[in-house]
Amino acid sequence: MALPQRAEILAELRARMQRLERGVGPRRAVLPFGAAALDRHLGGGLALGVLHEVAGEGADSIHGAAAALFIGGVLARLQGPVLWCLGSRDLFAPGLRGIGLDPDRVIYVEAGDAATMLQVMEEGLRHGGLAGVVGELSRLPMVATRRLQLAAEARGTTAFALCRWRAATQEEPSAAVSRWRVAALPSAALPVPGIGRARWRLELRRCRGAEAGHWIVEACDAQGRLALPADLADGSAAAADGWLRAAG
Amino acid sequence: MGGSAPPAERPLVTVIRDGPRRIIAAVDRNARSVGLMPGLPLTQATARVPDLVVVPAEPLADLAGLSDLAAWCVRRYTPLAAADPPDGLWLDITGCAHLYGGEAKLLDDLAQRLAGAGMAARLAVADTPGAAHALARYSRQPVTVAPAGDTIAVLAPLPIAGLRLEAGILDGLRRLGFERIGALLETPRAPLLTRFGTMLGRRLDQATGRIAETIEPERPRSMIAARHVFAEPIATAEAIAATLSGLVAEICGDLESQGQGARRLDLVCVRVDNSHQAIRVGTSRPARDPAHLTRLVQEKIESIDPGFGIEVMTLAVPLAEPLAFQQKTGLGLEDNVSADLAPLIDVIGNRLGAGRVYRAGCAESDLPERMVTRVGPLSPPCRAGWPEGLLYPSRLLAPPEPVEVMALLPDHPPAQFIWRRDRHQVRRADGPQRIFGEWWRDDAETWAVRDYFQVEDESGRRFWLFRAGDAVDPATGNLRWYLHGLFG
Repeated sequence: MALPQRAEILAELRARMQRLERGVGPRRAVLPFGAAALDRHLGGGLALGVLHEVAGEGADSIHGAAAALFIGGVLARLQGPVLWCLGSRDLFAPGLRGIGLDPDRVIYVEAGDAATMLQVMEEGLRHGGLAGVVGELSRLPMVATRRLQLAAEARGTTAFALCRWRAATQEEPSAAVSRWRVAALPSAALPVPGIGRARWRLELRRCRGAEAGHWIVEACDAQGRLALPADLADGSAAAADGWLRAAG
Repeated sequence: MGGSAPPAERPLVTVIRDGPRRIIAAVDRNARSVGLMPGLPLTQATARVPDLVVVPAEPLADLAGLSDLAAWCVRRYTPLAAADPPDGLWLDITGCAHLYGGEAKLLDDLAQRLAGAGMAARLAVADTPGAAHALARYSRQPVTVAPAGDTIAVLAPLPIAGLRLEAGILDGLRRLGFERIGALLETPRAPLLTRFGTMLGRRLDQATGRIAETIEPERPRSMIAARHVFAEPIATAEAIAATLSGLVAEICGDLESQGQGARRLDLVCVRVDNSHQAIRVGTSRPARDPAHLTRLVQEKIESIDPGFGIEVMTLAVPLAEPLAFQQKTGLGLEDNVSADLAPLIDVIGNRLGAGRVYRAGCAESDLPERMVTRVGPLSPPCRAGWPEGLLYPSRLLAPPEPVEVMALLPDHPPAQFIWRRDRHQVRRADGPQRIFGEWWRDDAETWAVRDYFQVEDESGRRFWLFRAGDAVDPATGNLRWYLHGLFG
């Protein structure tokens, strides 16, 4: 008599834990970055249908130019329209086109204040027909991240919070599944005068279901893919199991 | 008037009969500039201006024309528009301006369309109908948007003729030395009223907003509309919502039988005190899905102030467009993503204003600041036309910010530059890429040249710089350097 009851309780507990752990685990869809070490670390690639925070580094944290390219590169490789809520009017569509995000796919919204932008983002996430929703936010309270995360999970639409504020020393708590920081690095020298593919230091500051870490990657190509630098990936022992793991 | 139209430069007046005399009813701009005014006897006018064109006035036709114009405003701008004879129009644009991106933009649009139809108009927006009436007629600018909240300050400098009073009262006030509305507002009310009657007090209160004034809206003929008259006035949001879904269902039936879809929807609520409260929502493409339309109107219901109760609710479709029946093929696997987006875009557009939801379209220009135009979020894709083969920054600074540079040779990229007080050493660079001014737009651009460089500084950040001028001919630019974009 006691046994079935126990099994029931166990099943109920498991279901409850699964509900708590939404967004984690291998069953969620992922999008590979195209950089093997990075994808392996994340269990296949960037989790879809959840909220990610992306910020720039140093002086670029206000403009978020590299962060916009990082997000654009992910969205370029997804199917469907994109809702991009602008913080200021400085986003340049031909720049995103250069990494494969067709301007015809992107719908821009000038939401004005942060509260309205969060409403619009939620509306977009709950629509269900979008590939992704981006919000260029100047602040992001914990409650807002939870709402966005729930809305993203509800219909499986990926959400990006592009954080456009001065990098704070202390990080706010957040319900986002991952938090990224994109910083420019000097690119590899070309044999001729000119400028090669840009290089980023991609920092995963926190991530549900994976350790923090950082990688040096070649920035988005014309299809929005990242790559590990050839001069570093080749012959580097560290490259075999994820180039440079976080110190802790 | 076709071929018989008089030449435009000759002054024109219309005349009406006033007993035995003929007096001027209205004058055109030329006639006004030579000093003719309505009310002047025609004999005096012709004596003063011999080549005057005289046309008999048709007050009834004018009135009909004015009411047609009001009906057009109802369809185009606001559910609450009415004729204000002999020469005015009322538009209550509360809650409608957002569809045009603000009051000023709505006025611009209206002014342009009226001018395009050959009508000279003076327009004003103010908090009260009385103030708008006075501003439109006596403001210095042809188009005025009064700041909200301070109606008295707006009214004070205007002449008392703006108060919609009889000529006799105006004459009396002028004899007492009153010229401006401000002077009247500062004077104790009681003696004025005993001398001139209560109408003066009423007009003053209407202008300052102390008593409300209602506009009886024009109803265009042949407009799809549904109306519900309540036995008992209602005031709760739930009751309004319940009635609303009934009205929407009725309208969607009408739309379907006519093969039309709604582009605009007006909900007008008449309150117990006979004032009108209106909501207008727009759709990005013709729609007649009851759930979608109900949601759009419902989002705005909270802006209705039911006061002591609503007696009549009217839902109307001032703008409809053909909407064919749609056949969903089989499994719905076809690519009709954009069709699905319309509800989302309508919800956002009605909340923020339609101009704030858009897509980037290519403008076929080489100048970065002109390369991108805004197109409607659901307009057809513009696949071709974007410049190929170049890397553009993800952020564009508008306007370009001047930077101090140190360049070794005129045709070379700079060795370092200072932007916003930060010094950047240039490690790698690509360029120049030459962009020429567009001589067909502006004379100053005929020779203008910009040389763009993509540079990377010591930390790896990438910038898009340009130098104005080709460094050979001074006509091409002043050789100043600017930062125009950021790659990250």
